[in-house]
Amino acid sequence: MKAGEASVVGCRGAAPGKASGPAAVSSDAICFYLVDPATGTVIEPGHALEGRSLAGAVLVCPGGKGSSVVQADGLFQLSRAGTAPAAIVVEEFDTVLVASAVIIGVPLVRCSAEDFATIRDGDVLDVDSDQETVTIR
Amino acid sequence: MKLTERDSEMLDGVYGEGVALAMRVLVAIGRAFDAEQMCDISRAHVALSNQDADIWFAEKLVAGGAVCRVPPTVNPGFCLEFFRHVPGLTQEDMGTMERTEAAYRALGAQLTYDCTPYLQGNVPRFGEVTAYSESSATPYMNSVYGARTNRESAQSALCAAVTGRVPVYGLLLDENRKGQIHVHVEPRITDEFDYHLLGYAVPRLTGLQTAFIPVFTGIPVNVSPEALMNLGAELNTGGNVPMYHIVGVTPEAPTLEAAFGGDSPGDTVVVTAGDLAEEQQMLSADGGPVDFALLGCPHLSLDQLRAIADRIGDRHFKSEFWVMTSFPAKELAQRMGIAEVIENAGGRLVPDTCIDQVVWKHLAGKKGVTDSLKGAYYAKRRDMEFALRSVGDCVEAAIKGETS
Repeated sequence: MKAGEASVVGCRGAAPGKASGPAAVSSDAICFYLVDPATGTVIEPGHALEGRSLAGAVLVCPGGKGSSVVQADGLFQLSRAGTAPAAIVVEEFDTVLVASAVIIGVPLVRCSAEDFATIRDGDVLDVDSDQETVTIR
Repeated sequence: MKLTERDSEMLDGVYGEGVALAMRVLVAIGRAFDAEQMCDISRAHVALSNQDADIWFAEKLVAGGAVCRVPPTVNPGFCLEFFRHVPGLTQEDMGTMERTEAAYRALGAQLTYDCTPYLQGNVPRFGEVTAYSESSATPYMNSVYGARTNRESAQSALCAAVTGRVPVYGLLLDENRKGQIHVHVEPRITDEFDYHLLGYAVPRLTGLQTAFIPVFTGIPVNVSPEALMNLGAELNTGGNVPMYHIVGVTPEAPTLEAAFGGDSPGDTVVVTAGDLAEEQQMLSADGGPVDFALLGCPHLSLDQLRAIADRIGDRHFKSEFWVMTSFPAKELAQRMGIAEVIENAGGRLVPDTCIDQVVWKHLAGKKGVTDSLKGAYYAKRRDMEFALRSVGDCVEAAIKGETS
């Protein structure tokens, strides 16, 4: 893909909405409890995105992890502080992450493994959960 | 996903905005997991937490006029009555729990404040479709009773309780309840503490971080409910295990073949006595003087309280000794003279309370003993350090004021 070209891939929407932002690509699953609400920075030791801020980014990661309680509270704290990711793209859904994103209002979609693998860190993504598309720019 | 006429009415706000919000969450989950339809639930358990997101969402449902069609049991926050006169707690601390209680009361929840509802008060029969959140509860329902629930979040379980409905996917379907990996437990383990260690060790030993269903062999047929309670709690702290089978013990695993539903068992992971000892060593703080013992994550049962009282005899505690338990177990312990023994020794029986709550801030920076790896894990963010010992050894440690 050349600079300036965009590609559009299909996805499955879970939490509704549209948002754009630079991709923050992680090889590790996310637990929002281990993200600092003040800055949106991942503070989980050894995490692929440790030290990176998710604020306003499109988080691209394999999925969610963490208990039925802490995931929702973590994302809630980020959202309240204005440091939540703009949208989330995952390879696998789990009930806890889906429920948390829906309730707190962060668009969440799932891409196929092939499409997931084409997203590079820093690509600008337009995520449209309602139309079920991700535009990679 | 196909919705019934009433599902659609709930979604469209015919029953109010709170019910509509709950239905929107469930429809989104159903869509995410390709559910074809929704079905009724007969029971629910909500992992109430008294955290900000918990209060915010419960109050939002209340503001929308929601009342639970299936009144759920709920997890503990902390006991207002017990802690009202404990120094160090601010009006703000008390105020949060008062808001939580008011919201759940308005929702019509059963205010049980107990993380072991499957032992008393909310017990299913085989095959019932339910919605249970809470790490020890989800696997107990699926595995020990053969009831059906997905690994619900606190909020998705509350939405299910409000609407009485869940999308049909995952562990509600036969084909997703097959075992996936064979785990043989080599030592014959009977102490309930060993099941804490086993549960935490298995995700590490299998190397699986995404959800999986282990099939255990080597666990004795008369394994106690408390041992299985500990096993489930730790499987979901060390990893993500919404269900397990125990061959010859749990109802969907009469044989190894049945547990795997005809699939090949594949490789076997063997758990040795050395693995369990290593788990304890890796996660436990060193021995030495201890300031307190904090037991009851999950809540200790009446039998466990009795065992503690029997062990204490007429001795006294040097260290603080706290036991979290359910309200019914505390009531029975009082009737039976068990509470008296523990309290005469200087211990405290705390009902309706979780280890991950602000009420334990007086223990921050101190050294404790507990039997719960899960409890120690969550208490880290409250700056408590724990040596991990069996319940019996925790009693001895609190009596001597130190542990080996």
